[in-house]
Amino acid sequence: MDMFFRYVGENWIYLIELAYQHILMVLLAILFALVVGVPLGIVAARVPKLANLILGLANVVQVFPSLAMLVLLMIVFGLGFTTVVIGLFLYSLLPIIRNTYVGLTQVDPAITEAGRGVGMSSLQLLFRVQLPLAMPFVFTGIRVAAVIAIGVATIAPLIGGEGLGREVYSGINMDNPARLYAGAIPAALLALLADLFLGKLQRRVGQGKAA
Amino acid sequence: MIRFDRVRKVYEDGFVALKNIDIEFKEGELTVLIGPSGCGKSTLMKLINRLNKPSQGRVLIREKDISNIDPVELRRSIGYVIQNIGLFPHMTIASNVAVVPRLLKWDKARIDKRVDELLRLVNLEPDTYRNRYPSELSGGQQQRIGIIRALAANPDIILLDEPFSALDPITREQLQDELVRLQQELKQTIVFVTHDMDEALKIADTIVLMKDGDIVQTGRPERILRHPANEFVKSFIGEKRLQTETADELYTVDEVMTENTVTAYPTRGLAEAIKLMEKRKVDSLIVVDRNHTLLGYASIFRVLDRFREENATLSDVMIPFEHVVESGTPITAAITLMNEHALPYVPVIRGARFAGLITKGSIVRHLADVYTPVETTDAVIPEMAAAGMEAEQLSQEQKGGGAI
Repeated sequence: MDMFFRYVGENWIYLIELAYQHILMVLLAILFALVVGVPLGIVAARVPKLANLILGLANVVQVFPSLAMLVLLMIVFGLGFTTVVIGLFLYSLLPIIRNTYVGLTQVDPAITEAGRGVGMSSLQLLFRVQLPLAMPFVFTGIRVAAVIAIGVATIAPLIGGEGLGREVYSGINMDNPARLYAGAIPAALLALLADLFLGKLQRRVGQGKAA
Repeated sequence: MIRFDRVRKVYEDGFVALKNIDIEFKEGELTVLIGPSGCGKSTLMKLINRLNKPSQGRVLIREKDISNIDPVELRRSIGYVIQNIGLFPHMTIASNVAVVPRLLKWDKARIDKRVDELLRLVNLEPDTYRNRYPSELSGGQQQRIGIIRALAANPDIILLDEPFSALDPITREQLQDELVRLQQELKQTIVFVTHDMDEALKIADTIVLMKDGDIVQTGRPERILRHPANEFVKSFIGEKRLQTETADELYTVDEVMTENTVTAYPTRGLAEAIKLMEKRKVDSLIVVDRNHTLLGYASIFRVLDRFREENATLSDVMIPFEHVVESGTPITAAITLMNEHALPYVPVIRGARFAGLITKGSIVRHLADVYTPVETTDAVIPEMAAAGMEAEQLSQEQKGGGAI
């Protein structure tokens, strides 16, 4: 324990840098997953025929073991940061697509009918009614995706990525528990903090409805 | 205003929802579409704002075929209220009410003013309710918001699809009253779908009765009650409703009045009058002349007051009647009169001649005759109770009638 604190005390700038890279990879991945996943979720909700296809594909991606997936991606994209982000992106897709889909399909049909009845166009209905009402679900998706991505990102160093995983593997290789903890504990804290923060955000988004 | 021209609606699975409908909804009227579930009433209504489109035929508003109007534009010009209220849960009350004006791009000041105006229209204080969310309101309040949302952009047509069926009876009555009041003030053309006959009778200018995708009968509520087109209409209206309606209308004072009254000529002396009252156990005498023309009445108090004057006769103490009813008047009118002026009895005249007397006793006897208990002893008690209820209902209707 003593060693751990000493190590952290001496290397905190390096650790913060690793944490920053960790967060950056996750953020980028989630951002792309949102840009791609939300529209896919909308399409799935609006075109029932495509729903099974889209959700099925996302599901297949999800069941791939993370290490296997990253290795496969490495074959195509080579080593490095980009490959990791792509992998995390693929992992984040399913929770976001599925939750967008569920969020949109759970909107009370009476409300949708009311929206159409008062003269909203299809897009107005989507942006003014359906998406806002699906927001709490989308946020759940983001939350799940973020926690998964933070976890998966720790194996990034295996395919040339950065992040807190680097310390974990160094610790294992050099048989240095202090370094191992210095990577693992911040990574775990990160996941917890992300969950907490997004949970709060989600509640705020859902307030209008729940109050 | 709205006209259906040989409209037919067949669903994809081949179900014929509407068979060749020809109907016109008149401007400024409240038309109620009524029928058992699955009769096509909602389908018909949704053709008006193009939430449905006809398989054949045309729907015209002000003689313009609506299939040529952009559905989104059309819907913004038609108010729409649905059964499940359908308020947007993520929007405040003010935003909900302002949905259509905002779609129509009114400026903010105008929208705010309109929202306050509408909230006041349904007696919800704007400062209190403006910023609340729908889930913070009671069901009745929510549906009030649903209604004013439909009114927001001053549409001249409003469609209501079973708007009150999910509400408790008391709230429902209140909202029905408010709707009728609003309609009288604002004079829109309203199409109202319901399966509740009481509701239809209460609010409708015209009732359209439907069954299996067809219109069975159209007409004023009064007309449908009096002349149901066929057995289906009769059974849908309900035998009981028909029964009480006819009972109210057909019975006249002549059937209810008692003819066994104590009359006296005005020339009778007061002592004689007292004797007569004692003998017949009454507290007043109806004074008539030899042609049986009604002159007035003399109560025992009036007679006793002047008893010392030996030459006084009934003509000196009698008081003319302020209220009389003509023979042939419906009994309900007589009861109203008695209730309003707190009369113990009211005389019935034929021409100027006295014919009989309506008393509370004679009304009760009449009710007992009309609602004769069935022979079996078991049924006696419920029947009696029913008779009592009818009497109560009757008097409530009287009060209601008085208030109008």
